[in-house]
Amino acid sequence: MGLVELMPQNMVAVTRPSIINDFSLVAATANGTGSQTANLTILRALFKMGIPVNGKNIFPSNIQGLPTWYHIRVSKDGYIARRHTSEILLAFNQATVAEDIKNLPPGGVCLVNADWRNIPQRDDVTMYAIPVNQFVKETGTTGKQKDYVANMVYVGAAAQLLGIPLEKIEEALSFHFSGKRKLIDLNLNVVKAAHAWTAEQILKSDPYSVEPMNETEGLILMTGNEAAGLGSVFGGVTFAAWYPITPSTSLIDALNEYLPQLRRDPETGEHHYVVVQAEDELAAIGMLLGAGWAGARAMTATSGPGISLMAEFAGLGYFAEIPAVIWDIQRVGPSTGLPTRTGQGDVTFVYYLGHGDTKNVILFPSTIKECFEFGTTAHNLADQLQTPVFVLSDLDLGMNNWMSEPFDYPAEPIQRGKVLRGDEIPLDWGRYVDVDGDGVGYRTLPGDENWRSAWFARGTGHNARATYSERPSDWHENMERLRRKFDTARDMVPGPVIDEVEEAEIGIIAYGTTRYAIEEARDRLAADGVKTSFMRLRALPVNEAVRDFIRRYKQVYVIEMNRDGQMHAILQTEAPELATRLISLAYLDGMPLTARWVVEAISKQ
Amino acid sequence: MGTRREPHTNLIGLAKVDYNGSPTTLCQGCGHNSIASQVIQVAFELSVKPHEIIKLSGIGCSSKSPAYFLGQSHGLNGLHGRMPSLATGALLANHQLRGIGVSGDGDTASIGLGQFKHLLRRNVRLVYIVENNGVYGLTKGQFSATADEGQALKYAGVNELPPIDICMEAVIAGCGFVARSFSGDAKQVRELLKAALSHRGTAVLDIISPCVAFNNHDTSTKSYGYGKDHEAPLHDFGWVPPAEEIEIAEYDPGEMRVVEMHDGSHIQLRKLEEDYDPTDKLGALHRLQWAQEQQEFITGLIYYDPERPSLAEVSRLTDTPLALLDAEKIRPSAQALAEIMAGLQ
Ligand SMILES: Cc1ncc(C[n+]2csc(CCOP(=O)(O)OP(=O)(O)O)c2C)c(N)n1
Ligand code: SF4
Ligand SMILES: [Mg+2]
Repeated sequence: MGLVELMPQNMVAVTRPSIINDFSLVAATANGTGSQTANLTILRALFKMGIPVNGKNIFPSNIQGLPTWYHIRVSKDGYIARRHTSEILLAFNQATVAEDIKNLPPGGVCLVNADWRNIPQRDDVTMYAIPVNQFVKETGTTGKQKDYVANMVYVGAAAQLLGIPLEKIEEALSFHFSGKRKLIDLNLNVVKAAHAWTAEQILKSDPYSVEPMNETEGLILMTGNEAAGLGSVFGGVTFAAWYPITPSTSLIDALNEYLPQLRRDPETGEHHYVVVQAEDELAAIGMLLGAGWAGARAMTATSGPGISLMAEFAGLGYFAEIPAVIWDIQRVGPSTGLPTRTGQGDVTFVYYLGHGDTKNVILFPSTIKECFEFGTTAHNLADQLQTPVFVLSDLDLGMNNWMSEPFDYPAEPIQRGKVLRGDEIPLDWGRYVDVDGDGVGYRTLPGDENWRSAWFARGTGHNARATYSERPSDWHENMERLRRKFDTARDMVPGPVIDEVEEAEIGIIAYGTTRYAIEEARDRLAADGVKTSFMRLRALPVNEAVRDFIRRYKQVYVIEMNRDGQMHAILQTEAPELATRLISLAYLDGMPLTARWVVEAISKQ
Repeated sequence: MGTRREPHTNLIGLAKVDYNGSPTTLCQGCGHNSIASQVIQVAFELSVKPHEIIKLSGIGCSSKSPAYFLGQSHGLNGLHGRMPSLATGALLANHQLRGIGVSGDGDTASIGLGQFKHLLRRNVRLVYIVENNGVYGLTKGQFSATADEGQALKYAGVNELPPIDICMEAVIAGCGFVARSFSGDAKQVRELLKAALSHRGTAVLDIISPCVAFNNHDTSTKSYGYGKDHEAPLHDFGWVPPAEEIEIAEYDPGEMRVVEMHDGSHIQLRKLEEDYDPTDKLGALHRLQWAQEQQEFITGLIYYDPERPSLAEVSRLTDTPLALLDAEKIRPSAQALAEIMAGLQ
């Protein structure tokens, strides 16, 4: 069965110059068909070739059947932001094939299942068709297995067309199936068959291909949630409570994978941790605060709707001053919103989460390495500041695979903050007395034999000795001390990362995963002669370095993925005298930001 | 016993005042106050080490009580209806501690019903006292979910809805120690409290505790008058500390039942009601249902199952509480990280 018989081929591309290691590819499949294995195999094979890559799973809120797109960016220059278009389409979802082909840019490439009828044709796109059913039949698989096998057909064909060596595919499969030979071979045989068929039957006429590089040597590929889970295990978490919600669940999965491996007593097998699946997020954070009050390093992971439920307890944690760590893997709200899409819409809500004058410390990781490191930082800060610390990641960082240097063993020691035990407790000790002037009192833990250690934690008004009080001066003084404590936090949290460019007149401020689009956009703007400086925030509250940065630029763009410019608004209140320099560039449609959007948004100004 | 001690001090040398909390701010005559007094008395009599107890509560007049007893114990007054989650976290973080939680009928049977049931399902080692007055005291007299059907209140009008029976909910949720008592029956409250402290999991004490400000009319089953006239104990309930001799000789063996508890102490039941067997779950539910239909005020240990392990036990924790583990125990080695990193390449 020759390809030419199946559909007319567009041969113009033969004369086009080749494009190596610089394109995007999208695999369109149906959810729940095992396509994730195929996608990750391609991603890891490219990574093993030494080429910088990033994969983004654009998936539906559904278990089976709805369309899924997996975007892989291949970039010799190391850019890993999402791109506006993908040149190469692996069209393996009949339900979306027409739309998917329409979305290809002129000069694009489409690999499609030859068994389907009525596939739309485009003159400006190179079409390759591959008879998927034939390969599936040959393996003798039936039922659901068929879908899994079919996915491997496109891996084989794509590998042949792009020039991914089969041994790299094998390495990737071996990683995926943890070396289980039977599974590796089952999949590899299909890949090989499709690869051989493609080599024989398809005349490559498009310009896209890959070549080995040396850019990923020694790097790892991991999701942000896995890194956060692992980081928390090394950060000394002892207690976790949670309630399942996309896209945070895989963070707890990582805890459940690593804790039993790494945190059991070597002799007795007993646990140095506990993970509780709570009845809801409200109970989850309640358990955290109970555990944190009693002295554990307690954490949870959740997303928007869970954060909403946690509001009342967040206020108790802030006011009774109890350590806890809450990872919010942001999805898109309001309400249930887009549960499987990414955004940065929880910034203001979390910053002020809790009624009354509540203000919370937030960390913003942007790499998997920071996810790992913040596993320690967040717990240390929570213990040192005696308050809930939130970590705002997002679906893109949390659930997708990112390249990174291997993680270093934490340089930060485990810090338990100001805890007094036994005889250390002075006669005149009071829980909220600001002995050091930094707003942070000394706490004691239940179980201490010294009778002086006892105190009564409460969400009601209290004085410096933690006794109930409705006195106006007690209330005011306590709240002012909490303000002092928040000011102390400013210089304790991870500071901003600043890239200052000489003669630049534009400043850019961002946080989290928007950095990838911004870094690429800055290179493009620079190529056009527009110089920019960039400050990436890693935490709230901000410190003086942030204000200094704003002060140095007449125009400072605050770029973020939400509708209202939430960080922009917070920065305006943090630096009111500089408010007019801050310009909000905010956009959210559920997809990760692109460099193109950033360039256009800045150029329009 | 041979130990010599100062008069008015217990085995660990503490006087009863050492178990006091701060002065109560509840109404004079409020049932909650007498329950707090019994907690003090029991802790003194049992020579409880204050530092081995944590006190927890939700929000309400009842939930204020932990401030009024055991001032040398750590306390956590949380959110309305959410004491169970705080207790679960705290008692897993330090499973060597014992918890005493105080809640109200609003706190437990309305806003907190979900957490209450999940606490029992998990079997956290906590004495869970519901100071049940059939009304919201702190917000001034609204009906709670345990109010009697057809009851009238000054502002709230007539309650048209059937009450939630806290003991029944507890039995259904798998609680292994379910008791009902009356704040006016100090002796029974004390004995039940002692036994509850010996229980390995959650022990629920649903104590009818009249609100003199909003629900003390004789028409209410949660009033002093009704309680005094109608209390129908299922048995004479006694608790005998570990290693102390049980004196049953004077009773006809058919009248007396002795059950051993997890810590070696004993529950001693002198039957008042012929066939009542508190270890029979269906029988307990049946009896509760019957009592509710008859508006009968049964008290005593309604259900007991000593077998279920506590949450801390099934969590396979090390002896050292999680809260007190050293840094080396909670951060794996550099080599462990290096191996994981190597495996990811
Ligand atoms: C989230 C929330 N909603 C409402 C309240 C107001 N509130 C305080 S106490 C209470 C009812 C208390 O009733 P109960 O638990 O029976 O305790 P009692 O005062 O009767 O002892 C209510 C509704 C609150 N504190 N928190
Ligand atoms: S209002 Fe009722 S429940 Fe509250 S303190 Fe007074 S008597 Fe007790
Ligand atoms: Mg009440």
